[in-house]
Amino acid sequence: MVQSASTESPEGGKKIARPYGEGDGHFGPYGGRYVPETLVRALEELEEAYHTYLKDENFLAEYRRLLREYAGRPTPVTFVPRLSEAYGAPVYLKREDLNHTGAHKINHALGQALLAERLGKRRLVAETGAGQHGVATATVAARFGMEAVIFMGEEDMRRQAPNVARMRLLGAKVVPVTTGTRTLQDAVSEAIRYWVEHVEDTYYLLGSAVGPHPYPSLVRDFQRVIGEEARAQFLEMTGELPRGLVASVGGGSNAIGLFYAFLDDPVEIVGVEAGGLGISTGKHAASLTAGEVGVLHGAKSYILQDELGNVLPAHSISAGLDYPGVGPEHAYLKEIGRVRYEAVTDDEALEAFLDLTRLEGIIPALESAHAVAYAKRWAKEFPGPILVNLSGRGDKDLGHVFELLEARGVKFVDEGTQGDRG
Amino acid sequence: MNAASDGSRDLRGTAAIEAAFRRGPRPLFIPYLTLGDPTPEETRARLWELARAGAGIVELGVPYSDPLADGPVLREAAVRALRHRIGIGEALAFVRSLRDEGFALPLVLFAYANPLFRFGAERFAREALAAGVDAVLVPDLPPEESGDVLGFLRAVGIPLIPLVALTSRGRIAERLAGREGFVYAVSSLGTTGVRERLPEELLAFLAEIRAATSLPVAVGFGIHRQEQVEMLAPHAEGIIVGSALAHLWAEGGSVEEFVRELFSGVW
Repeated sequence: MVQSASTESPEGGKKIARPYGEGDGHFGPYGGRYVPETLVRALEELEEAYHTYLKDENFLAEYRRLLREYAGRPTPVTFVPRLSEAYGAPVYLKREDLNHTGAHKINHALGQALLAERLGKRRLVAETGAGQHGVATATVAARFGMEAVIFMGEEDMRRQAPNVARMRLLGAKVVPVTTGTRTLQDAVSEAIRYWVEHVEDTYYLLGSAVGPHPYPSLVRDFQRVIGEEARAQFLEMTGELPRGLVASVGGGSNAIGLFYAFLDDPVEIVGVEAGGLGISTGKHAASLTAGEVGVLHGAKSYILQDELGNVLPAHSISAGLDYPGVGPEHAYLKEIGRVRYEAVTDDEALEAFLDLTRLEGIIPALESAHAVAYAKRWAKEFPGPILVNLSGRGDKDLGHVFELLEARGVKFVDEGTQGDRG
Repeated sequence: MNAASDGSRDLRGTAAIEAAFRRGPRPLFIPYLTLGDPTPEETRARLWELARAGAGIVELGVPYSDPLADGPVLREAAVRALRHRIGIGEALAFVRSLRDEGFALPLVLFAYANPLFRFGAERFAREALAAGVDAVLVPDLPPEESGDVLGFLRAVGIPLIPLVALTSRGRIAERLAGREGFVYAVSSLGTTGVRERLPEELLAFLAEIRAATSLPVAVGFGIHRQEQVEMLAPHAEGIIVGSALAHLWAEGGSVEEFVRELFSGVW
């Protein structure tokens, strides 16, 4: 168990200070700030702002007001009876899909835009995989009257076309990334390079709990609201805590947001990585399950790499999980044994996507479907209740899902036309 | 004119770097090239070509999949080079073979943090000295994270070359405290690559470095024209040229002519 440095009881529900991620930004051996010198000053400036404003009641009040009035928080916890019946254990969902823009990303986008405003920066640069973070960034740029430049891999732009359209409608400039794997990994690199060049007037609105210090801590602190709400809501609904927590992990922002409030509780916690075509095929995005310690995008953590230390391309059905690294706090939680990390395959995620859609009328993002898929596997042996973080909704994935289902021979036929085909 | 023509490599590491700056000419021409672009053999030929053209120190890059500090030209060079499966170990073997051939110019090995950690920082320091590496530069390892690597390299007498950027202004002395070799002054914001204009505050930046350290100063990022070299010459002991050379080779130009032209106002 993690020792809390805080004297407050975790039951207080907030300000759980922990003996890591503070000071120089290391979570045990992980984290840190491995960046070109050009960025160090900007990161220090951000760190100062982070320490100042996340203790500033006016700032926090404005952040909470935006979450409430703009993002639509608190999001509910939903008990899903038919899915529970089918899976064999009670399952509850934390409904981040009900946020404005359709995912948890709006939580940290609002917080970071507020910080950017305080820092006097008028331009936001961001990377996006599934497009959810890009949409969230474009949204807050519109809301705060800022310029937004979003880097997105060409392959992801194809997979997530509706989100590209949304970002453009919101007034953001979407820059296609044509290098490397043309996915999230390269989009992050390009966004960092753009930031290096425009560091004096641009805020890098990082989309997950990854990157150089202070981003992993900063993003977590803006996502902690997920777990703090969920913990209180679950207690109120059931009179007890869940026995298990599940969330999907790409970079790991929705997962750390949920987990953080429960780290001192007697709750089993599982982070679910994208197993792609299966770990043994090498085509996956499971950095914690099958990667090794290394440095990527400014932090030391687990990454997918070859024996020479070159970063290997990740593969996942879900553009948001398709990343060869993971946030350093997750690397630490794995090392101290507080959180277990498992991988589910593309096929399991797709199956869970259909389960939740058909049984409960909730269409999950493919990212979130990974968490649901693990709950399905876990429920067979675990009595529950299991609380799953439904990090986003699946509207953006529909085109891609139809392609995938067709490729797997699933046909959709309208009842009225069935007879006509004979 | 250069160390290669001295025909000796009595000096190593920090001493070899210091001697190169003492020997001149001023400013010293410090070319960068990516090992393995387009092939290791071509890199070898280019290194000799650079030595003949008047290079004072050479900077040799280990290709990496995710070179955050590099612009498009050097990233493409890395992509071409990675086809030859070159990592730290291969780079050290390459340097050793170069030394066996009698290549005597001081050599800075440029590597990103992850390949270096993967190889092992302590083992790297030991083997780098044996291979004939004189200095090391890691573009994504600022002072806050460089403790271990710096310690291992210092123990064998190899300097870890510090970088300072325009954004380091106001605390350059702190960034350079206790460092050896030379200072790599990053001339512009952004990644590597040729630039039409160098920033106006560049000379004030160089003056601030001068006030903060007695180490020689080499300027890099964006330099490709004679007027730039002429402007920088009174303020810097070295000029680092990378992308412009990669471009030149891609176009099939003459290195000797390029260097003669680039330094014509000052040598």
